[in-house]
Amino acid sequence: MSENRIAVTKTYKLYIGGAFPRSESGRSYPVVDHKGAFLANAAQGSRKDARDAVAAARKAFPGWSGATAYNRGQVLFRVAEVLEGRREQFAAEVAAGEGVAAKKAQALVDAAIDRWVWYAGWTDKVATVLGASNPVAGPYFSFSVPEPTGVVAVLAPQQSSLLGLISAVAPVIATGNTAVVVTSQDRPLPAVTLAEVLATSDVPGGVVNVLTGRTAEIAPWLASHADVNALDLTGAPESTRADLERAAAGTVKRVLRARPAEDFTREPDLARLRAFLETKTVWHPIGV
Amino acid sequence: MAAPTTPPPAQLPPALADAVRDDASLRRFLHGLPGVDQVGVEQRAAGLGTRSIKKASKMWAIDTAISMVDLTTLEGADTPGKVRSLAAKARRPDPDHPDVPRVAAVCVYPDMVGTAVEELRGTDIDIASVATAFPSGRSSLKVKLEDTAYAVDAGATEIDMVIDRGAFLSGRYGQVFDEIAQVKHACGDAHLKVILETGELATYDNVRRASWLALLAGGDFIKTSTGKVSPAATLPVTHVMLQAVRDWHTQTGELRGVKPAGGIRTTKDAIKYLVAVHEVAGPQWLTPTLFRFGASTLLNDLLMQRRTQLAGHYSGPDYVTVD
Repeated sequence: MSENRIAVTKTYKLYIGGAFPRSESGRSYPVVDHKGAFLANAAQGSRKDARDAVAAARKAFPGWSGATAYNRGQVLFRVAEVLEGRREQFAAEVAAGEGVAAKKAQALVDAAIDRWVWYAGWTDKVATVLGASNPVAGPYFSFSVPEPTGVVAVLAPQQSSLLGLISAVAPVIATGNTAVVVTSQDRPLPAVTLAEVLATSDVPGGVVNVLTGRTAEIAPWLASHADVNALDLTGAPESTRADLERAAAGTVKRVLRARPAEDFTREPDLARLRAFLETKTVWHPIGV
Repeated sequence: MAAPTTPPPAQLPPALADAVRDDASLRRFLHGLPGVDQVGVEQRAAGLGTRSIKKASKMWAIDTAISMVDLTTLEGADTPGKVRSLAAKARRPDPDHPDVPRVAAVCVYPDMVGTAVEELRGTDIDIASVATAFPSGRSSLKVKLEDTAYAVDAGATEIDMVIDRGAFLSGRYGQVFDEIAQVKHACGDAHLKVILETGELATYDNVRRASWLALLAGGDFIKTSTGKVSPAATLPVTHVMLQAVRDWHTQTGELRGVKPAGGIRTTKDAIKYLVAVHEVAGPQWLTPTLFRFGASTLLNDLLMQRRTQLAGHYSGPDYVTVD
């Protein structure tokens, strides 16, 4: 029986609001490996998919940002557990897409899972580190707490298809934001698998939405969208960055600029956590 | 239906005049209506829903839909302040864009009509009030007429009444007919919209019968739902009701309106309804005097879509008033 079996091939779809729809436009595009051999057809997201993803992210925001930091940490740790079970699949996809040897691919996947755990640990510590009680000259207890900024559009790194993706997405949702992620254009498969992991762990639908397709086509719609609060330009094509930043300024979005040749294997710092936080300062009267 | 206190609408064609002669003939008429082809109407509704409306037509559709909205608040927690802010929104839906048409009416509970009248004085926005023991309709005829008179005296120009679904479903058509006719009488000059509450009528055949019953009894509008029962308005049900007003027009020459209410939240939905109006009833129904949307959140989405059309980028709920 086994030699006659026809394998079930996977349809790579978008991930919006906890569901896996095809692109509203009905389009798909071929994904090839580093040698140019055909791997899969991925959905080619359109501006309307981006709009739907933003609506889903907005809907998920109150619940996710309102969850306790401890709870968010537990949920993210659960994601790491499920990621662990998919190591082989991720390693195969990373190896095919990025053209690295199997051993290197495995190391990248391990680093990505560790990165996820690292950010999961930050959920209930970030307020302590970035918040403060402020000495003020008056009868007030003044304190500052970091709060999530809202819906963040993430243009995921083009080269590092899993480690880079996770390094961009995990800090965004760890602090309570919700994300619309535009994956690496030519290497989207690990992102689709990550979406499957998120769908089967405890992350509420809509907290992370994954769009595959042409970054340059989708990005301007996200940059100008009035209901997006922040924009991560890491994966934006060099020539479009200035325009995207200008469009984002129209509704005063927070923008995380792309760092030149960012090396995601290096130890992370707080920069990505800090980028999508607002600081709320409260002056509470005392002594009355 | 012994000796109705109000005469049926004048100059009905013989077939229809005969239908309202007594209880038995009313039943015979309603049960003699052709059955609704469920698969057919659902398929046609779904098919028309796929029609793509773009650019200038979309802009026209959005503006038309805004002008058809009955901006509604029917909550136990309604306050004069909330009605005032609703009225302000009705007068000028999008303060940044003064060219946005005003809505057709605001729709409130009878005790809030006075507040709405004050706020809308000097505009041609209608004031609709639900009445007749809304939303269940379970009270005596006396109470229902009092309720109607209370709203009309307070200044309501449109009355949204509910039919007695219990009576309708147990086949007491004459009783339902009488109630509608008497409420119509109590309305005076106010327009009467008859809420069928299609979510409780169970079948399309019943929807068709209830539509004809309401039209025979003198309802100016037939309205799908109270918004308190799920399912509320659906496209196939609206198709059946639009067919009824179209056939009424063919037989009597009178134009009656349709108002889907409840569950219509997005511009896309609203445009699907407009397509249905155009295709099922006819282009002459594409006016606020003959077609309305009962909605509250729909207006926000229409305004956001309108801004998207004008600005070229997507808008968000932070930029329209939340009511």
